[in-house]
Amino acid sequence: MLSAALTPSAFEPRGKRPAATGGFRLRLWSVRHSAGLERFYNLFERVLIVAAPLLRRIGYDRLERPVAFVERHIKGALFDCRMCGDCVLSSTGMSCPMNCPKALRNGPCGGVRANGGCEVYPDMPCVWVKAWEGSRNMRAGAQINVPLPPVNNALKGSSSWLRLVRRRTGVEAA
Amino acid sequence: MDVAPHPHDIGHDPGAPLVDLPGHSSRGRLERVLRRGEFAVTAELNPPDSADPEDVYERAKIFEGWVDGINATDGSGAHCHMSSVAICALLTRVGYAPILQISCRDYNRIAIQGNVLGAAALQVGNVLCLTGDGVQCGDHPEAKPVFDLDSIGLLSIICHMRDKGQFLSGRKITTPPRVFVGAAENPFAPPFDFRPIRLAKKITAGAQFVQTQYCFDLPLMQRFMNKVRDMGLDEKCFILAGVGPLASAKTARWMRANVAGVHIPDEVIARLEGAKDQKNEGKRICIEMIQQMREMKGIAGVHVMAYRQEQYVSEIVHESGVLKGRAPWRRDFVPKMQAVESLQA
Repeated sequence: MLSAALTPSAFEPRGKRPAATGGFRLRLWSVRHSAGLERFYNLFERVLIVAAPLLRRIGYDRLERPVAFVERHIKGALFDCRMCGDCVLSSTGMSCPMNCPKALRNGPCGGVRANGGCEVYPDMPCVWVKAWEGSRNMRAGAQINVPLPPVNNALKGSSSWLRLVRRRTGVEAA
Repeated sequence: MDVAPHPHDIGHDPGAPLVDLPGHSSRGRLERVLRRGEFAVTAELNPPDSADPEDVYERAKIFEGWVDGINATDGSGAHCHMSSVAICALLTRVGYAPILQISCRDYNRIAIQGNVLGAAALQVGNVLCLTGDGVQCGDHPEAKPVFDLDSIGLLSIICHMRDKGQFLSGRKITTPPRVFVGAAENPFAPPFDFRPIRLAKKITAGAQFVQTQYCFDLPLMQRFMNKVRDMGLDEKCFILAGVGPLASAKTARWMRANVAGVHIPDEVIARLEGAKDQKNEGKRICIEMIQQMREMKGIAGVHVMAYRQEQYVSEIVHESGVLKGRAPWRRDFVPKMQAVESLQA
């Protein structure tokens, strides 16, 4: 069981508590299958970019809510996604860094337990121990070595898929 | 103690800023000692639960003449104490070289940037960027953890302020903060293979010095340092190994179980247990570790964390012999003609 001291506030941006024991199973499956997910994501990204003119014609504003809804549920199931709006899963071994109670986006803190458990929630495997494992299976695994800038909290809740298309097609600055 | 501190480390007046040296980010003494290639010693000040400045001065005085920098912890272990900025400001009045610790747990980017400017205005020359312990381990577990930035984001923001003369937003800073920027690393926590890479990321983000977590496990430290040297990181940043005396086997066990990120091997605890005087044995272990760090290639100094045993720091540093006849700055030093001459030269 998770410790009694669970504070939802530790899980900004969505105030979502981590699932009870065993609830990480799907998230851990995603990390184990990071190589396959990476291939899928690369393909998906190409499809999105091909579809960019169509998306643009429909209107990104009009698409935002339905796409964010779908994204929240798919990524929520696979990664316990917190909808930070600035997805970096490809740099973090398919382990969502926003599940870290300290929201660390560049690597593990110094408090990781000897068994690889989280400092804050001992029963939860450290998000970054998993990220490191996941990145080792990925073709672009070395992306984990690149420092990421501080997260833009203003993007919280928005679709990172649409943002990716807009950035790649130059509609939005990267 | 009649060895003179290095002339570059002496101002015309203890509380006054030192002269600028080319290529230096700060006017602080810690940076000077490290850049001269001397083995640096820093120590951690146990912050008072009080509003009396004398409590800070008392705690700093015992380090005087033995260390090159004093760390002012920022709510360490998520416990409330006097703020690190205030401690640093008190210390610079006397002439000490404080290291301002900033943890991401308690402030967002707006508060942090303001604090850095304020600290630099109060002559604080060194900043240590930390993630910070979670609120769950402190005396206010019901507090809201902030973690707006991570330690690498924090490093990059402070370097941006110093080097570009701008806030993160791009707004101009008229006088940028002159600070020597540091980070922490824990070579003793998993994932071990990622730790040197994380250090490299911190250096890319701007870390100029690093203070490590308590080192009690020499083989693990060697493994970390081998990788660090292979990557050439020891040439890009000054690495200070964390050390400290353990008061007893019981304390060691407690620390291992309750203090986040502290790793103490069984052999160390067994050695303490087998000793007649455990406190003294704890000091011996610390002294031996300092001497081993002195010999390890790529280590530029030690950071002594003697929590509640601060009175032994001078003794430990003295007995370890790492200063090799060098004298860190102290207040009572009266410059002789020789030192004054070399200052002018």
